[in-house]
Amino acid sequence: MPTLNDYLILSAILFAIGTAGVFVRRNLITILLSIEIMLNAVNLSFVAFGRSFGTADGQIIVFFVMTVAAAEAAVGLAIVIGLFRHRESLNPDTFTSLKW
Amino acid sequence: MTFFYLFAAVAVVASLLVIAQRNPIYSVLLLIASFGALSGLYVLLDAPFVAVTQIIVYAGAIMVLFLFVVMLLNAPHEETEHDEKVHLLRRPGPVWFGGVLAAALVVELLWALTRAGSDSGPFSVEAVSSVRTLGRVLFTEYAFPFEVTSVLILVAMVGAVVLAKRDSRSGGPSAPPV
Amino acid sequence: MTPLLIAQLVVLVVVFHALLLGAAAMVWVERWLAAALQQRRGPILVGWQGLLQPFADVIKLMFKEELRPKAADWFLFALAPIISATCAFSAFAVVPFGASTSFFGLLDEPMKLQVADVNVAVLVIFAIASMGVYGIVLAGWSSNSKYSLLGGLRSSAQMISYELSYGLALAAVLLLGNSLSLTDLVNAQAGSWFHVIPRWFVFLQPLGFLIFMTAGVAETNRAPFDFPEAEQELVAGYHTEYSSMSFAMFFLAEYINMVTVSAVATDLFLGGWHGPLLPASLGWIWFLIKVAALLFFYVWMRWTLPRYRYDQLMAFGWKILLPLAVVNLLATAAGVLYFGV
Repeated sequence: MPTLNDYLILSAILFAIGTAGVFVRRNLITILLSIEIMLNAVNLSFVAFGRSFGTADGQIIVFFVMTVAAAEAAVGLAIVIGLFRHRESLNPDTFTSLKW
Repeated sequence: MTFFYLFAAVAVVASLLVIAQRNPIYSVLLLIASFGALSGLYVLLDAPFVAVTQIIVYAGAIMVLFLFVVMLLNAPHEETEHDEKVHLLRRPGPVWFGGVLAAALVVELLWALTRAGSDSGPFSVEAVSSVRTLGRVLFTEYAFPFEVTSVLILVAMVGAVVLAKRDSRSGGPSAPPV
Repeated sequence: MTPLLIAQLVVLVVVFHALLLGAAAMVWVERWLAAALQQRRGPILVGWQGLLQPFADVIKLMFKEELRPKAADWFLFALAPIISATCAFSAFAVVPFGASTSFFGLLDEPMKLQVADVNVAVLVIFAIASMGVYGIVLAGWSSNSKYSLLGGLRSSAQMISYELSYGLALAAVLLLGNSLSLTDLVNAQAGSWFHVIPRWFVFLQPLGFLIFMTAGVAETNRAPFDFPEAEQELVAGYHTEYSSMSFAMFFLAEYINMVTVSAVATDLFLGGWHGPLLPASLGWIWFLIKVAALLFFYVWMRWTLPRYRYDQLMAFGWKILLPLAVVNLLATAAGVLYFGV
C-alpha cells in the first residue's frame, strides 16, 4: 500500500520537473505547460495530505487550484497570442526590449 | 501497490518528455497522458470526484485550449542546432541555472517531506470520498472563496477575450482566422 | 472464476457486441429512413429489404486502400481514429441498461447490468465525452490539409461549446435525483403518479430534456449541427484524408456516440428500464425501445432540417442554449427548494 511519503516524493519529483521546464525551455507555450505540471504536483500533495488527515479540505483546495490554473492558462495564452502577433516568435529571448 | 508505481512512472516519464520534446503538439499530448496518470493516482487516494474533475477540467478543457493556440499559431519548433550539441549543464544562463535549481529542489524537497510524514503504514483514517460531503463543505465553510472564484473566472474570461482580440488599427501579422 | 466474474465478463462481451451491432443497425436505419423520408427506394439490393447493407459497407471499406498523405504526421494520423473509437466505446461502460438481476438464480446476489458501477457515473460520461474531442482535433491537424484543419478546429470548438449546456441540463437532473450514480437516478424514476403518468424526469424537466438532446446532437456532430463535416461545405471536414478502416473508425465512433447520448438521455429523462407490462428482469427491452425511439428522432432530424451555418451554430450554443440551460437550472433549484422533492 502506498504511504503518504510515496505520494509526497512523487509530488516533489513532478514539481522539480516543472521548475526545470520553466528554466530550460525556450518556448513560451512549453513554459506554460511546465507551470501546469507544477500546479498538478501541488494538487497531488494536497489530496494526499487531505487523505492522510481524513478531511475534505484537501480536495476542496484542489478544486480552487484547478479553477485558478484554468484562469491563468487562459489569460497566459491570450498574452502569448498577443506577443506572437508582434514578433512572430515564441522564444522569450526575443522579448528583451525592456532589459537594461 | 503496483498501480501506484505504474501511474507514478507514467506521470514522471510523461512530464520529463513534455519538457524534452521539440514539437509543442507532442508536449501537449504527453501532458494529457501525465494528467491521466495523476487522475488514476487520485482514484487510488479515494478521491473519485477530484479524479473525474481533473479529466474534465484539465485534460478536457485547458489542454484543448493549449492545443488550439499551438495549432492556430502554428508554433514553430525551437532552434535545435545549438541545443543538441551542448550538454545541459554547460549551456549559458537560465538553462544551466534551471538544471541546477531543479536538482537542488528535488534533494531539498525529498529531505523536507520525508521528515514530515513519520507514519510508514497505509492511511489509517477513513477517507472522505462522497461528493455529498464535499459539496456540503464547499458551500458552507468555503462559500466565500467559491464566490470569489466565480468572479475570478469572469475576470479571466473578459481578460482573455480582450487580450486576444485583433487590434484593427495595427497591421501586423496575426493568427489565421478560423 | 466465480459465477460473478463470469457474469461480468459476459455482460462486457454482450455490451461490446451490442454496440457494434447497434452501429451496424444504425447504418441501415439511416439509409432506410432517409429513403422513406425522401420518398424513394432505399437499400433493396443486398439481402431482404437491404438488411445486409451495413455488412456490404464494411466489406467495401475493408478492401479500400489505406491512404496516408506524405506530409501528414504519421503517428498522430494513426492515433486520432483510435482515440475517437476508444472514447466512444468507453463512455458506454458506465451506462446501466437493466435492473439488477440474478440471472434466474444463477448468481447468489443480484448484479447490476452495467459494465462498471461507479459512484460518479454521470461525471465519467462527461469526462470521456470531453476526451473524444481530441480524436477530431488531432485528425484535423495531422492530416496537414486546409479542409481537415478547419473542419477539425471548428468541430472541436463546437463540441466544447455545447458541452456546457449539456452539463447544465445534466446538473438540473442531478438536483432532482440527488445522486451522481446513474443507477440511482433511474431508480428514482420508478413508479407513477395517479397510476397513469410515469415518474420520468422528462415530465418534470421538459426544457431540460430538449436542451440535453439539442446539446447531444451538437456534441455528436450530427445534423443540423454537422457543418464541420458537411459534404457541400468542407469536402468532408476532419476526415477528408482518411480512407478504409480509419474512416470506418470515425464512422463507428459517430454512431456509437449517438447511441451513448440516447442511452444516457433514456436513463436520465425517460426512466431507463422502467415500463409497464413487463417484469423488472426484462426491463432492458423497454430500455432498447426507448433508445430506439431517440435514435429515430436523431435520424429524422438529420434528413428533415437544413444545416446551421457555423457562426449561427456557435451563436445558438452560446447565446440561446446556455442562458436557457442556466435558467432551467435555477428554476429547478427553486422548485426543489419550494416543493421539497
